[in-house]
Amino acid sequence: MTLRTLLMGAVALTPAVALADAHEGERGRDGQLNILYWQAPSTLNPFLSGGTKEVESASLIIEPLVRFDNNGEMVPWLAESIPTVENGGLSEDLKQITWTLKEGVMWSDGTPLTAEDAVFTWEYCTHPEGGCAQSSYFDGVTDVEAVDDRTIRVTFNVAKPYPYTAFVGSESPIIQKAQFQDCLGARAPECTEANFGPIGTGPFVVDEFRPNDVITLSANPNFREEGKPAFASVNFKGGGDAAAAARAVLETGEYDYAWNLQLAPEVLEQMEAAGLGTVVAAYGTSVERIEINQTDPSADLGDERSTTAHPHPFLTDQAVPAAMSKAIDRQLLVDIGYGPAGQPTCNILPAPEAYASTANEDCLTPDIEAAKQMLEDAGWTDEDGDGIREKDGVRLSVLYQTSVNAVRQDVQALVKEAWEEIGIETELRSVDASVFFGGDPSSPDTFQKFFADVEMYTNNFAGVDPEAYMASWKCSEIPGPDSQWQGQNIPRFCSDEYDALVDTMAETVDPAERGRIAAELNDMLVQNYALIPIIHRGSPSAHSNSLGGVQMSDWDSEIWNAKDWYRIAE
Amino acid sequence: MLTFTFRRLLTAIPTLLFISLIIFLLLELAPGDPMAQVPLTVPDEVKARMREALGLGEPIHVRYWKWLVQFFWVEPIHLLDALFGTSWGEGMQRILSWQTRSPVIDIVAQRIPQTLWVVGTAYVVAILIAIPVGIYSAYKHYSVFDQAGTFVTMVGFSVPPFFSGVLVIVIFAVQLKWFPSIYDTTLVVDGWDAFVLQVRQMFLPVMVLALQITSQLSRFMRASMLDNLNQDYVRTARAKGLRERTVVLVHVLRNSMIPVVTVIALGVPSIFGGAIITEQVFKVNGIGQLLITAIQAADLPTVQTLTFIFAVLIVLFNLIADVLYGILDPRIRYD
Repeated sequence: MTLRTLLMGAVALTPAVALADAHEGERGRDGQLNILYWQAPSTLNPFLSGGTKEVESASLIIEPLVRFDNNGEMVPWLAESIPTVENGGLSEDLKQITWTLKEGVMWSDGTPLTAEDAVFTWEYCTHPEGGCAQSSYFDGVTDVEAVDDRTIRVTFNVAKPYPYTAFVGSESPIIQKAQFQDCLGARAPECTEANFGPIGTGPFVVDEFRPNDVITLSANPNFREEGKPAFASVNFKGGGDAAAAARAVLETGEYDYAWNLQLAPEVLEQMEAAGLGTVVAAYGTSVERIEINQTDPSADLGDERSTTAHPHPFLTDQAVPAAMSKAIDRQLLVDIGYGPAGQPTCNILPAPEAYASTANEDCLTPDIEAAKQMLEDAGWTDEDGDGIREKDGVRLSVLYQTSVNAVRQDVQALVKEAWEEIGIETELRSVDASVFFGGDPSSPDTFQKFFADVEMYTNNFAGVDPEAYMASWKCSEIPGPDSQWQGQNIPRFCSDEYDALVDTMAETVDPAERGRIAAELNDMLVQNYALIPIIHRGSPSAHSNSLGGVQMSDWDSEIWNAKDWYRIAE
Repeated sequence: MLTFTFRRLLTAIPTLLFISLIIFLLLELAPGDPMAQVPLTVPDEVKARMREALGLGEPIHVRYWKWLVQFFWVEPIHLLDALFGTSWGEGMQRILSWQTRSPVIDIVAQRIPQTLWVVGTAYVVAILIAIPVGIYSAYKHYSVFDQAGTFVTMVGFSVPPFFSGVLVIVIFAVQLKWFPSIYDTTLVVDGWDAFVLQVRQMFLPVMVLALQITSQLSRFMRASMLDNLNQDYVRTARAKGLRERTVVLVHVLRNSMIPVVTVIALGVPSIFGGAIITEQVFKVNGIGQLLITAIQAADLPTVQTLTFIFAVLIVLFNLIADVLYGILDPRIRYD
């Protein structure tokens, strides 16, 4: 079984493409499309920014070889097909992948797209002085060569069981060599005109770009698909806030599509009742989790705070985090904070389905009494009658931190209530997101320093292959003063068994086996309570009822198929 | 007067340099990371390289000196180039925003029209309303009009725009559908229809802003009128048999305007500063919105440049207010 058939078999097949085909017609027949991103794009060069807003707005203009649809399946985009070992596109030793471009693809300026452009994109993004945000897509790539005009050969330094990284997905698009050839490395920011108006192969062309405000686009006259896009122009507006964006689509109908509407479920419901639009959510791999600090964050430790030198005084006793997990009513958190954009989960790796474990479903039924019993059995009792349990002079008192965000503060309050009920004192703390997620090594408040007992945030991984993501919990990835607090093993989880299994995964080719290993890694993390997964998060957006063809994908740019969008006749 | 102006301009230079240093250090000490908005899926080492590409690796004093040179030397040269079509500034490094990686001044120039249209109009509307209201309120002291005026100005003064803005959107855009809730910055006013659209989209933000500014100004106007109405020279004017209209609108008003004009002049820099909250609520995307998004994204060069431009404007308009004061009140002489 190849990876492709696995992916196809793993997800429900919905032939939604047929839906769009029913709306044929000439290019630009449907007038203007209005899109509202309440965080406005700052540039249209995703290599210089890396932010979601820039990647998604640029996805209307520049394209990769392959995109991921709403089910996480690969869809050949600029490439003719997906290379596999069977069709000869992928070498037997898994060190070389050969892509063939579709025939006759033109840049919007009328020149042909060639393999040279892909080679140039690789050079541009891997230039040491360029600071390319997407350079990790080229990790392990030793060479990209143009075999002929339409053939691109990518060579890796090691066997890559999952070679679909370079030029795959919205974060790794191909840019035009002719336009960017003088913009390599440190000169990249000097090319303002190119960065604000990249020439692309996509369905739309930039007419005007106003940074952090608005983008005006029109249909690409050289687009490879007949009769597409249906819209003649796009007004891509930015600014304001999520509530105002939802209002503009759902209540006033001024806009057709609004992005990232993380609002209280009842607010969205009320707005939806106006009957002008629909709230939709796409699910990828984002999981809101509570990470359990395995090390002691006590301020008395000075420089050794939250480092592996000192294990946590009570969170390493698994009964404690187990009880904490059991006490949380995940469904209640969804109802209050997430609505259509969240599902309770017990896994850190909830998707794609082939990788998702089913071994932890027990956590979905909260049970305060059982949680109390777990603590009781482990010897944590409330001796002094203050409602907080203790053992050998250690009090169960946790500092619970997260970033400032209305939904997160609601969740914090509910979780605190549950934990205090089972006798764990909980102190809440919220840090501004730009500080919390900012990597400033001098700030004590970053999520990586983790100067708290538990902390909550969301993470996910790009694309559909979890190997690199699961590898982030290896012992070597633990942030600490030596590594300038870099590294994604936030809970400081360390297990030789886990590391060995990650290494096995890197060498495993069989997709079914990879799926099994990923699920096992997930179970190790969850069952050892390195973290408590709580909510599988979708990205909620809204579109007007007159906009057809929307198939939000959380695996790619959520507006990945804007070329197929159309206006539903009234 | 001329030597006074000249002297003040000279002393403004060290003041502004000092302000720029303070702004720079404050921003430097503030927490925040320009990479905070980059998704967590981007590895740390990539983020570290991106920070380096922004020039964050250099020591503080080098970056401050670079900024000074760029602001006072490179940018003026580029301004000259833009005005006269020359190319002296070619190859010189301009102040680049960390978010857009493009010159900050270009973005500012792009944003100024929106801000001037909306905030400037609101300022003019507010002055036109506030002065007559202030005069009449003072003249009919404690009348129903004065009481109502006091009430409205108190409401306007105390209700924040993030509330009043959303309130008028819900009433006039969502319920009545009279006005749009989102300002279209791409609208080009090239005919009557476009002008009507422009007026419609400006109406709500101007209304919200004008209410605030009116509240402030009309209180000043009223207080200043009240001070003057009881003066001896007013009694003299009446005793001379002048018409009431002449007494109030010529004698009292001219004298009452002196402090009000100062207040108006001092408020002008705030037009350029934009109205952060109102711009954000109505998606006007002017200078205020630029500043707040730059702060959120920890885009230090943009924040530094904008706040410094505001500082320059404030120092400048303080000077203008002082000079105006001297012109309006012949008793004040600086020389």
